[in-house]
Amino acid sequence: MKLITKLWIGIAALVILSPLGLILPGYFKAGSAWGEWGADEIQKLTGYVPGGLAKFASLWNAPLPDYAFRGWEEKGLGHLSLAYIVSAAAGILIVVIIMLLLARILVKK
Amino acid sequence: MHIPDGYLGPATCGIFYVIMLPIWTAASRIVKRTLKARQVPVLAIGAAFSFVIMMFNVPIPGGTTGHAVGGVIVAILLGPWAACIAITVALVVQALLFGDGGITALGANCFNMAFVLPFVGYYLYKAISYNAPVDSKRRVIAAGAAGYIGINMAALLTGIEFGLQPLLHHTASGQALYCPYGLKVAVLTMAGEHLLIFGWVEAIVTALVVKYLQKQSPGLIGGREVAQ
Repeated sequence: MKLITKLWIGIAALVILSPLGLILPGYFKAGSAWGEWGADEIQKLTGYVPGGLAKFASLWNAPLPDYAFRGWEEKGLGHLSLAYIVSAAAGILIVVIIMLLLARILVKK
Repeated sequence: MHIPDGYLGPATCGIFYVIMLPIWTAASRIVKRTLKARQVPVLAIGAAFSFVIMMFNVPIPGGTTGHAVGGVIVAILLGPWAACIAITVALVVQALLFGDGGITALGANCFNMAFVLPFVGYYLYKAISYNAPVDSKRRVIAAGAAGYIGINMAALLTGIEFGLQPLLHHTASGQALYCPYGLKVAVLTMAGEHLLIFGWVEAIVTALVVKYLQKQSPGLIGGREVAQ
């Protein structure tokens, strides 16, 4: 098998395993990454929401916020894991398309 | 390490975009000159790897989470400039599509993870693995050390960027406008958690891939063909 094929199989395995990045933090009761809290979490931590943060925090409405589908926030871990895998696959597809387009511009034949 | 919107003031956001602009320009110029067509598949896989490895949030029980960036291995395989482009693309997609990292903070996030991390990692790997045979253990150790130091430098800078905000922007009564934690807390937390936990994740990931490629494709880690 060609090395590139093996490496892509490795990437596919990582996509399927990716929900570990969702499940393990939940299991060990770990919260957000430091400095990546939402406004409500900051309110709890510091007792107030900084003015500029309140203004800019929801500047951008990502189509798949936190690697999940909109409206699935209350669904169980199974649904969220599925959304996580779909997000990983979709993200990789777009990353690869952009890289190949860039390569067409940058790399000489 | 993905700084969201609203944590850095406008000045900090602007400065990092201004810093990144010439870096992105240089990266495209240098990659255009040095990257070979047959390296493109590895570059695409590198970007995909960095994207997906960042989704593996590692918990500190009862505390926060963090993750590897996977950028040092891309720098080792294809050079720091190509890695800069690959990680930038991963970060842009994460920000736009998944809201992971802010739009306004994209310049800063790219500076930390797509510039500092691959460059520090790459040159450290080069220094430690200098003259080592392709199949040597020293290359695996060099890769681990490069991953560990690379991500820790990025984390330290992220901590400084967070921690400067209360000094730069606050109300008359002293309330922070953006990131509410000062240098001491921000730097100690960001540096501490990466020194203790997340740095080792990047170290292991980088070392394992180099070890795997030593057997599978020694040419890739010989270091002769990278875009410098």
